[in-house]
Amino acid sequence: MIVAERKPLEQISSMIESNSKVLIVGCGECVTVCSAGGKKEVDILASALNMIRIKESKPIEIRQETLERQCDAEYLEQLRGFIGEYEVVISMACGAGVQFMAEKYKNSLVLPALNTKFIGVTEEQGVWSERCHACGDCKLHLTGGVCPIARCSKSLLNGPCGGSANGKCEISPEVVCGWQLIIERLSDLGQLEKYEEIIPINDWSTNRDGGPRKVVREDLRL
Amino acid sequence: MKSESKLEQILTKGEFAVTSECGPPRGADAEVIRKKGEMLKGFVDGVNVTDNQTSVVRMSSISSCVILKELGLNPIMQMVTRDRNRIAIQSDILGAAALGINNILCLTGDHQKFGDHASAKNVFDMDSIQLVQTVKLMRDEGKFLGGEELKGSPKMFIGAAENPFADPFEIRVPRLAKKVAAGVDFIQTQCIYNLPKFEKWMKLVRDRGLHERVHILGGVTPFKSVGMANYMKKSVPGMDVPDELIERMKAAPKEKKAEEGINICIETIQRLRDIEGIHGVHVMAIEWEEMVSEIVKRAGLFPRPHIES
Repeated sequence: MIVAERKPLEQISSMIESNSKVLIVGCGECVTVCSAGGKKEVDILASALNMIRIKESKPIEIRQETLERQCDAEYLEQLRGFIGEYEVVISMACGAGVQFMAEKYKNSLVLPALNTKFIGVTEEQGVWSERCHACGDCKLHLTGGVCPIARCSKSLLNGPCGGSANGKCEISPEVVCGWQLIIERLSDLGQLEKYEEIIPINDWSTNRDGGPRKVVREDLRL
Repeated sequence: MKSESKLEQILTKGEFAVTSECGPPRGADAEVIRKKGEMLKGFVDGVNVTDNQTSVVRMSSISSCVILKELGLNPIMQMVTRDRNRIAIQSDILGAAALGINNILCLTGDHQKFGDHASAKNVFDMDSIQLVQTVKLMRDEGKFLGGEELKGSPKMFIGAAENPFADPFEIRVPRLAKKVAAGVDFIQTQCIYNLPKFEKWMKLVRDRGLHERVHILGGVTPFKSVGMANYMKKSVPGMDVPDELIERMKAAPKEKKAEEGINICIETIQRLRDIEGIHGVHVMAIEWEEMVSEIVKRAGLFPRPHIES
């Protein structure tokens, strides 16, 4: 899923300091799962903003909505009837959702409530971590199912750097060395000899380096 | 000869090589480099010039190399892949070769988190092994990575670093094998303090015959103080400092700590000379360049062999 985290309350509050009629829109997909921008978080944000404004004697009218998802036009359409009544819209979706809403409602000011972090997994309750950089050319078959691009701090393709110590990355004892994981996996799978094959210099054109990306499936187009 | 490097000639002749290191200044003053160069001149066969080591911005490696070259030293240009993509890397290799630099040490580079610009974007378009391949492709096949032919190959002697003490240990020799397969000519190792572990690594290296395909120079760094020894042990990732060395430093009288550090360094060099497959030493006297001449003399490695340039 796409993992996100809510921006600090003060930042969101300052974005809307001159507004008195605000629509907050949550998203029912990834950001609901990672407890950053689902219905519950919309509720919490609305209450918190309300309290701040009451304290400042600048009351605010907030409407709360949570869509199935914000990255599909059909769900965004559900806002058509009333979105124009609000001075600003705070989207609690990932960066894609915020942008898509802004695209669909050209006259509305859409503000982000979240910082979109990464594509990752729920490691345990309350802990999410990164797994994929969406490089566009999956290499997991070469590296025992552990991604060197996402999990090595330097995206090295031919093994750990000299900074790998006790299974940890040089950047922090909190960060596991991705290559340590790869070696352990290859070893467990009896494929350690794979490590000796040099992975050639990467073609980054499928990554963001190639410019904004697009997938077109002619077979599915209407 | 693959290159026009004096270091290559010395190693090819079977002489025990000595290299050292010089960190460029944090400013535009060429005198700093010249002073360090003068201290090393005549005592070493090559001088590594670091490339923004620990991600702290300094004068560029390439320009510092030129300053050393003008003094008559043989600079080894360190190049990290952290800050340059393949376009800049190949361009700098051509530029360095044109300026008479004929050794390159291919490194990945410390993460920018360690330096004074932690919010920088990193590059890592390639890793150190791919950088070795790149220089070799340019030198031996006269081609760019893009496949086009280049005019005037960079005749560089290609080096890389290896840390026998980093983890996971089981792939440390396979990792060297990858660098050898990529075409590296010489290796400088991480600072060696744990000799038994290093000897174990070298045995594995010899078992695979890698010592016959690459010149390995053992890295040494003298301790200046107990504090430094402790710092190396605890705070430098991938460094293996046995407790007995810390104890030795502690036991030395206050005014003789630095001398004890030098003693340990010289003893290490002597042990390294006896290891089959070690073709030289790389003396990294960090901000202590004035000690290199003494270390080289006391280790019996002076005078250095004369090579006609």
